[in-house]
Amino acid sequence: MVPRIWRRIRYRYNVIASYCESCGSYYYPQREICPKCRRRGIVKEVEINDEGTVLSYTVVNGRKIALIEFKNGTRMLAEVCGDIEIGSRVKKAFRRYGEDGEAGIIYYGTKFVPII
Amino acid sequence: MIGIVSYGTYIPKFRIKVEEIARIWNEDANAIKQNLGVFEKAVPDVDEDTATMAVEAGREAISRVRIRPEKIGAVFVGSESHPYAVKPTATIVGEALGIGNYYFSADLEFACKAATAGIQICYAMVKAGMIEYGLSIGSDVAQARPGDALEYTAGAGAVAILVGKDPIAEIEATVSYTSDTPDFWRRDLQPYPSHGGRFTGSPAYFRHIVSAAKKLMEDFGYSAKDFDFAVFHQPNAKFPQRVASMLGFNEEKIADGMLVKVVGNTYSASSLLGLCGILDKAMPDQRILLVSFGSGAGSDAFAIRVTEKILDYPRNRRVWDKVKNCVYIDYALYLKHRRMIK
Amino acid sequence: MKVAIIGVGTTEFGELWDKSFRSLFLSAGLSALEDAGISGKEIEAIYIGNMSAGKFVDQEHIAALIADHAGLAEFGIPAIRVENADASGGSAFRQAYMAVASGMHDIVIAAGIEKVSDASDPMEVLSSAIDQEWERFVGANLPAIYAIIARLHMHKFGTKEEDLAMIAVKNHKNAVHNPKAQFRKEISVEDVMSSPYVAEPLKVLDCAPLSDGASAVVLANEEIAKRLCDTPVYVKACTQASDYFSIQNRRDILTFEAVVKASRKAYKISKIEPKDINIAEVHDSFTIAELIAYEDLGFAKKGEGAKLIREGETEIGGRIPVNTSGGLKACGHAVGATGIRQIVDLVIQLRGEAGKRQVNAENALALNIGGSGATAVVSILSR
Repeated sequence: MVPRIWRRIRYRYNVIASYCESCGSYYYPQREICPKCRRRGIVKEVEINDEGTVLSYTVVNGRKIALIEFKNGTRMLAEVCGDIEIGSRVKKAFRRYGEDGEAGIIYYGTKFVPII
Repeated sequence: MIGIVSYGTYIPKFRIKVEEIARIWNEDANAIKQNLGVFEKAVPDVDEDTATMAVEAGREAISRVRIRPEKIGAVFVGSESHPYAVKPTATIVGEALGIGNYYFSADLEFACKAATAGIQICYAMVKAGMIEYGLSIGSDVAQARPGDALEYTAGAGAVAILVGKDPIAEIEATVSYTSDTPDFWRRDLQPYPSHGGRFTGSPAYFRHIVSAAKKLMEDFGYSAKDFDFAVFHQPNAKFPQRVASMLGFNEEKIADGMLVKVVGNTYSASSLLGLCGILDKAMPDQRILLVSFGSGAGSDAFAIRVTEKILDYPRNRRVWDKVKNCVYIDYALYLKHRRMIK
Repeated sequence: MKVAIIGVGTTEFGELWDKSFRSLFLSAGLSALEDAGISGKEIEAIYIGNMSAGKFVDQEHIAALIADHAGLAEFGIPAIRVENADASGGSAFRQAYMAVASGMHDIVIAAGIEKVSDASDPMEVLSSAIDQEWERFVGANLPAIYAIIARLHMHKFGTKEEDLAMIAVKNHKNAVHNPKAQFRKEISVEDVMSSPYVAEPLKVLDCAPLSDGASAVVLANEEIAKRLCDTPVYVKACTQASDYFSIQNRRDILTFEAVVKASRKAYKISKIEPKDINIAEVHDSFTIAELIAYEDLGFAKKGEGAKLIREGETEIGGRIPVNTSGGLKACGHAVGATGIRQIVDLVIQLRGEAGKRQVNAENALALNIGGSGATAVVSILSR
């Protein structure tokens, strides 16, 4: 299979969201059209480097998956490495997410770690 | 004036103690600790590897100075545990650091000295005016066959060194000493390295480090007393201690760099991690001797003089503080973290 | 044009080892025709809800295949597959409803089918209903998304894991009297609480099984319905809505906007209010989904869903019995068939043919959800 993950590398390695200059909304993952303004919207990419807050999370297949909220309201689903509860503060970490089998491409992306 | 503009380090938070490894193999932990001077080693998480640690170290290096990533004109990643046999780690790092697309780049391999070779390349490229800044990263998730003596020391960590003008630490001089010496190697497709046992000592580690250091001092007119600190490659704690005394340095001058005791041998990051431990406390005009060693074999020696700029440079969190934050794991988890059991 | 349901049929739901994908539909289709008292040649079109025959059994182009194996090949009628994850059945029902309501067709079949047990990991297939690139990639699956919602509901509104367990207990109790149900045995709150976590805080017994099954209903316009059928059940409204696909983009992950929008519209069209609904089949793929459905459908205020289950209001005999079939939890969740199976059960109830689980009902509501809520179909049926 074509390593289609390639198209998203830029947005996974860092938290790059979309920002609509017309209405001030943020979206993650990035999107090309603002659902509030549609064709009138002017959508720009914006990198988020802030700390996040755990809005909710689960533990599935031994991994902690959390819905993380940033200061500007953007929310992002990501794995968290470390102990968390609702409200925990987290920061981004560059980690492996998986691989396309033993001989395939390795998937890297943004996870989060609790801020100590 | 060309030298180190910034540096960043990453040490994974997990540790395994010598006692725990010795327990598995029915060995005498106290004897091992005495022989090696190493008490525990850093172990990566299951989702960490050479590339992820290199990115974390690189991010710290860049975040500590106000340099736009696009100004970095070269990225070299030295490692002997690149995640791919074919496909560079450096491109993963370059992408994650937001360096753009116009940069010189390659993965380097020269056992434990690939990243100091990377620093020499960056230095030369800055000096030649080819680039404004160059980033050399040493990152390794060291491999050791279960039961091998290496298992007690093969650690994990990464160091990123940003080279450019107007540095916090000037590279005054550098020389290398290189020979074809098969003390330690890993053949293609082999999972673990092999080594020559005691052969790794005098004909390899000691000969190369001493020769490089002496040549540096001869060529540029230094003697041991000109250096406030010294740091050597750290396969264990004993070798750098012994080579220090051979070159006329007392324990005090190497103490701040002796991270091997608590994180093990971080291979490509090893001597540089020690350098960062020293840079964390060094003051303007202090001089550091750095000598790496890569099996196979070669040593890169550097005379590094700390500048006034270090006073305004954000050095927190310091490497010795970082290593304090750790979680101890047992041997079974260690195997899982190292993906030896899946 | 008013639309009525004049025949219903369903297979048993469960691990139907002796049934293949193509043979599964036959008994559901035949019993629906038999129930409607028609031969088959009257049928003008067939709409089939199916989520993922391609992934489950490596077969696409399934509408014509099913029509053929149901014995309809000679008629050459149009056969259309509808896919909206596990809302495929509800969506197929809506397409069929619109075909009759518009006057395009007089009699049509709406069916749903899924053969899951041939696949090695059916939950993986179902999880393709969430965003592959941004939810699956980070390690989430469908239970994980509902679990994240459940934990926040518990945190914000004080809902307890025991409340969720009570929903599973109720639905298992209801399934005992449903001959088509997969799990016809009662369970206790302790059973649920002691079952292992699938995705914290959701446990094995909070999750619906994935089942093989097929269901079919025959829809006709009012005139034909009255001629053919003594007990037509009328479709008062059939609405569908969509929402942001991923929970990352939803303002309030504790509200399924698609459910709110579809149900408000259905209430408006049918002029039937939530308080007038006497029975409901809702999409309890996970217990938290049923609890939130209470709130989003207007049976309870936001945050007070747990009160309904604690006070027994959604049990048989309560104010608004929910999932008297056993729901997805205990009747089984044959993915693309589920939305049709819900209609079948409500028709049986409205006709007064539900036996021991009979509820005295005038108006019934079905809620079929796709994936983690990006699609919702609401149908309101009346005697």
